[in-house]
Amino acid sequence: MSEIKQLYQEVILDHNKQPRNCYVMDCANKSADGHNPLCGDTVKVYLRIEDGVIEEISFQGAGCAICTASTSLMTESVTGKNVEEAKNLFDEFHHMLTGVADEQGVELGKLQVFEGVREYPVRVKCATLAWHTLNAAMNSNSDPVTTE
Amino acid sequence: MASPVATATRTGLDVEQIRADFPALHQEAHGRPLVYLDNAATTQKPRQVIDTVTHFYEHDCANVHRGVHLLSQRATVAYESARTTIKAHLGAADSREIVFTRGTTEAINLVAQSFVRPRIEPGDEILITGMEHHSNIVPWQMLCEATGAELKVVPITDEGELELDRYAELLSHRTKIVGVVHVSNALGTVNPVKEMIELAHAKGIPVLVDGAQAVPHGAVDVRDLDCDFYAFSGHKAYGPTGIGALYGKREHLLEMVPYQGGGDMILSVTFDETLYAEPPHRFEAGTPNIEGAIGLAAALEYLEALGADAVTAHETELLDAATKRALDIPGVRLIGAARRRAGALSFVMDGVHPHDIGTILDTEGVAIRAGHHCAQPVMQRFNISATVRASFGVYNTTNEVDRLIEALAKVKEIFG
Repeated sequence: MSEIKQLYQEVILDHNKQPRNCYVMDCANKSADGHNPLCGDTVKVYLRIEDGVIEEISFQGAGCAICTASTSLMTESVTGKNVEEAKNLFDEFHHMLTGVADEQGVELGKLQVFEGVREYPVRVKCATLAWHTLNAAMNSNSDPVTTE
Repeated sequence: MASPVATATRTGLDVEQIRADFPALHQEAHGRPLVYLDNAATTQKPRQVIDTVTHFYEHDCANVHRGVHLLSQRATVAYESARTTIKAHLGAADSREIVFTRGTTEAINLVAQSFVRPRIEPGDEILITGMEHHSNIVPWQMLCEATGAELKVVPITDEGELELDRYAELLSHRTKIVGVVHVSNALGTVNPVKEMIELAHAKGIPVLVDGAQAVPHGAVDVRDLDCDFYAFSGHKAYGPTGIGALYGKREHLLEMVPYQGGGDMILSVTFDETLYAEPPHRFEAGTPNIEGAIGLAAALEYLEALGADAVTAHETELLDAATKRALDIPGVRLIGAARRRAGALSFVMDGVHPHDIGTILDTEGVAIRAGHHCAQPVMQRFNISATVRASFGVYNTTNEVDRLIEALAKVKEIFG
């Protein structure tokens, strides 16, 4: 597989074209806005958390294929997980993108498709915007987060 | 790709010879020969500029306007000669009308703080246009915030041109200055600044022109334009970063008080009183960017030797070819289709975000800019968050236009 196709894998292109859980959630009990000043992309993440478990998650916005696919796949990955597990998943995901050795042994599953982003340092923020925003929503931080 | 570079004799530039002057062009990016089409962000530097800067540090390095020793005299002569070169390049009458700055941004801030601020009152207006770079928006917003003045904006048409009728209407007795970009960095539009200046002057309103994207692409004559201020940056015109200049009419500069104080801008200092130096030195507090100034002069001399008309003709040919061929690709939409454009081709592609295009082009060795180009209001005007911008310089070739188009085909291949 060529270097560029390693980045734009089928799963990523598919989630970019048909993002999952992309809707405004009326019954959300937490939400947050994220912004990547580098490219002007914005994402809003909605959460319905019950007893510490993410029962439902959706989003609106996003931008480039990496950002959109990452947001979409994130929503699939964290549904049904508790807040602690979601945070650990983010840590692991971040470690994969920045090349830090895996220390926790958390299973990334489908999120592994973003491994190629590591070769494109300026695009790491595209892949992590949604996660930063999810973090902010879980922490009930009402200020918009940025990737800066 | 192995074919020889098409020497653009039709436009009078020997592009192969020019390319030989630019060391940075002769490298590979991701295993392919580099195609540098991000000239609106910054240009590469010719050997003549690099050598000039190196020569200064190897032979003439000293501070200016003080030491009596030989090196300081040589440094001072080189620095002040650079001012004369810039004066000549812009067609100004007097070297004292050229103030060295860090770039266009600092030049505009200088005008905002030293020229406009003392004469503006609550309710007064500053008129800019909808296609300004953030550097010609934010300094005015800050001034408005501080003084209670109001920022007015000339709208742009769907084609990316200014609405001149609205412009004429917005010039009011409250307008204290007009700030207009000569060539838009985000759209490539060449604005009819001479006509706009005439209209403003008819109402006694001074005009600042942001020439950052104009100076690299053709002739600029500040006396013909009759602008009050003209700001530009060195690094977009083959010179070093961190240096630029402000042209200001002598009568204005003489009226202005400095907004930065320090060394090298004074006649005398006591704890009771400081007497400022005459313009332009009054506005150049602190040790200046000496190597930047002389490097910038070398860059402008390089452009002069090529000939402004030949540069314009060559780049227009590339821009027209790239525009035509990009539009042949299904789903490509031009952002900014003004009748007069220079330097930059800005576009979007259906279903593919500009950042993804930028990454794919990069892996094909083609360097372009993807983003809002520090002109977010322009993006908002066209309901987009970003564009792909390919911008051309004197060393670009028709073969490189081919490489751009081939790389865009690759984007289509990946994204379908």
